[in-house]
Amino acid sequence: MSEKKLALIATKGTLDWAYPPFILASTAAAIGYEVQIFFTFYGLQLLKKDMNLKVSPLGNPGMPMPMGMDKWFPTIGTAIPGMEAMMSSMMKSKMKSKGVASVAELRDLCQEADVKLIACQMTVDLFDMQPSEFIDGIDYAGAATFFEFAGESDVNLFI
Amino acid sequence: MSEYTEKFDATGLNCPLPILRSKKVLSSMNTGDVLYVIATDSGSVKDFDAFCKQTGNQLLESSEADGKYHYYIKKA
Repeated sequence: MSEKKLALIATKGTLDWAYPPFILASTAAAIGYEVQIFFTFYGLQLLKKDMNLKVSPLGNPGMPMPMGMDKWFPTIGTAIPGMEAMMSSMMKSKMKSKGVASVAELRDLCQEADVKLIACQMTVDLFDMQPSEFIDGIDYAGAATFFEFAGESDVNLFI
Repeated sequence: MSEYTEKFDATGLNCPLPILRSKKVLSSMNTGDVLYVIATDSGSVKDFDAFCKQTGNQLLESSEADGKYHYYIKKA
């Protein structure tokens, strides 16, 4: 059985959107897929040593609010300073209590399983980011490199 | 069913950790060995079935008792 391949593009840098790429990549690797994730634009936050990811209720009517808070905080209330930090820490503690892995843990599992993590060089330059801000063991490349792998992959997802 | 080589308690863990950690334990075992997994994640029933089908490992038994899920996986 030749190895299947999964190619992902991760474009978002919030706590909620950090999960899909790392869950899919780590699970695919466990099943025996060869996996690469290409991180571009805000997705690069997921490669930082210090991730400090947040989730924002602002402009996100689909986000369930704890303790019926949506009744007390209409849309404009979600823009109150400190709201984002509060919601992020509530989300993190809820995840912990439900036995959901942390993003850092899933990322570690991906690296242990030889998932190839590629940072988009163009975005790194665009935002004046330094390689020292990122975790070790990642590659820096561009779109052509992504297609080298994606072109022969069985599953390609843009997240 | 009670014969197993190793046991892994995935109680309290949520998707995809039961699969990922079980896979890790399986990697350290030999062909023919049986891994016994206990989980509380209800989604793991379908996931362990799918995991075994795709990896070639054999799911000898999948059952539920007292809100816990029990899996016996024979390593391919």
